[in-house]
Amino acid sequence: MTMTIAEKILAKKAGKSSVEPGDMVEAEIDYVMVNDITGLPAFEVFEKFDCQPLREKTILIPDHYVPNKDVASAEQARAMQMFAKKYDMPNYFPVGTCGVCHQVMIEEGFVAPGRLIIGADSHTCSYGALGAFGTGVGSTEAASAMALGKLWFKVPESQKYTVKGSLEKYVMGKDIILHIIGEIGVDGALYKSMEFYGSAIESLPLADRISISNMAIEAGAKAGIIPPDEKVFNYLKDRVRGDYAPLYADSDADYSEVYEYDASEISATVAKPSLPENTAPASELSHITVDQAYLGSCTNGRIEDLRVAAEILKGRKIASDTRMIVVPATKRVFEQALSEGLIKIFLDANAYVSGPTCGACLGGYMGVLAKGERCISSTNRNFLGRMGHKESEVYLANPAVVAASAITGRITDPSEIE
Amino acid sequence: MRSKIAGRVWKFGTNVDTDQIIPAEYLVTGDPAELAAHAFEKARPEFAGEVREGDIVVAEENFGCGSSREHAPRALIGAGISCVVAKSFARIFYRNSINIGLPLVEAAIVADDGDNLEIDFKSGIVKNTTKGVEASFPPTPAFLQKLIDAGGLVEYTKTQIKNMGM
Ligand code: SF4
Repeated sequence: MTMTIAEKILAKKAGKSSVEPGDMVEAEIDYVMVNDITGLPAFEVFEKFDCQPLREKTILIPDHYVPNKDVASAEQARAMQMFAKKYDMPNYFPVGTCGVCHQVMIEEGFVAPGRLIIGADSHTCSYGALGAFGTGVGSTEAASAMALGKLWFKVPESQKYTVKGSLEKYVMGKDIILHIIGEIGVDGALYKSMEFYGSAIESLPLADRISISNMAIEAGAKAGIIPPDEKVFNYLKDRVRGDYAPLYADSDADYSEVYEYDASEISATVAKPSLPENTAPASELSHITVDQAYLGSCTNGRIEDLRVAAEILKGRKIASDTRMIVVPATKRVFEQALSEGLIKIFLDANAYVSGPTCGACLGGYMGVLAKGERCISSTNRNFLGRMGHKESEVYLANPAVVAASAITGRITDPSEIE
Repeated sequence: MRSKIAGRVWKFGTNVDTDQIIPAEYLVTGDPAELAAHAFEKARPEFAGEVREGDIVVAEENFGCGSSREHAPRALIGAGISCVVAKSFARIFYRNSINIGLPLVEAAIVADDGDNLEIDFKSGIVKNTTKGVEASFPPTPAFLQKLIDAGGLVEYTKTQIKNMGM
């Protein structure tokens, strides 16, 4: 029987020689992660079990509302701290040590090829970029996995996306996934696992691949997996915790759908409000002014993203009617940006730079939009009111477009200001 | 769970989202009974008052789409719904329902409000005894049946922990 990557991982973790779409399996979990929002309900459920958590497998990362924005969020973060203390949890990453959960999971070496990782956060699918099966779950499920180290899954159908050719300058992994979602729609991969292949994907740095896998959920997918290669193995050297074994699809594996794209035909792409499928080339939206430009998040808050933006911002100033907010995804990204002089470039351009947090990405705090305001954002969701008032608007784009738009004060294809 | 159930139909259409099942303003409690008092409050205002223990919800495609709120299946359990029959379910609603012990059947059965339905989980047949039609559905995978029989994921996990002697 031939299998896709998703099928191989689920079969292996369920201790079976093969599985097929629709099968129900109980599979061994490598790691389970909760954040400050989903953690609290998971801890409440966990206490009903009257057992010890699997300490090595459980990861606790406060990131959404920390540093605490108000009393309610302070209580939430405190509940996580208390839980970590009570059970002496080794993988608790409090404020000051970490950052946005998915990037922390990757940087800290929890994510590796062939692993099955669940997180009580929908963007857990990001881990597919390293050849892992990562998927979002509910708090009750996370609690159960913390106790048992396993969870049930329905084996999804897989889809194959092949992107050939090479990308133009200032066109990134983000544009590939926005382009795909623009074509297949926000339910184009419902229930399914997306797999990405082709020369364009192979030539992408890992950072760009993470942006692609990160947004698989925006097409309704359960996972978004890229076959791991040397770039992944090199990244994991000196970083990965434990052993890992990459798994690849059989060459004649069955896919429910097959799509092909030519990278050279993909331009710097923007998703207009209020769905990620509402895409248009950035160059066609140059009349749209922006009040805020946001660079950060699990989609595009890595050092590679900051470098692209800094290159454009260097020696320039943010438009007077626009504010720019830069949030390195993690402490490590922040340190790297500092040592490379990127933070200085952002500050010189009059951008506001903050420590790692999800804050603005989900309209939580710091960077919330007023009624009628517009933000060009490197994040992954532009739902109604996602970053603030229900009549504010979010346009999703890559870091180069965000930086170029911050300079002109309107949506700008970076090639326009070269 | 019993292997056979029978009940009166509440019929819904396609894309019934979790906001319809339980509006966001009532998400201040996780208690099934309290939630049930507001189930389908906007879509079917008569539901909460007229629903009876053992009634069955029947719908078309993509039942339970939208947010991941576990409160939706909780509200249906609180209302006494014994099973939801739909052509297809949204992924997270499906998981949440199974995990908290609400039986789901993926089948295309012709039905209207007030019809009588019989569901045989062993043979995988759902019968509309009012209309004299039936449809088959794949048996619930053994593992999920175990989970449902145990009363959901919390109870299942407790049993597993006991068995493992943790
Ligand atoms: S950065 Fe945004 S999308 Fe990513 S985990 Fe945080 S809130 Fe979610």
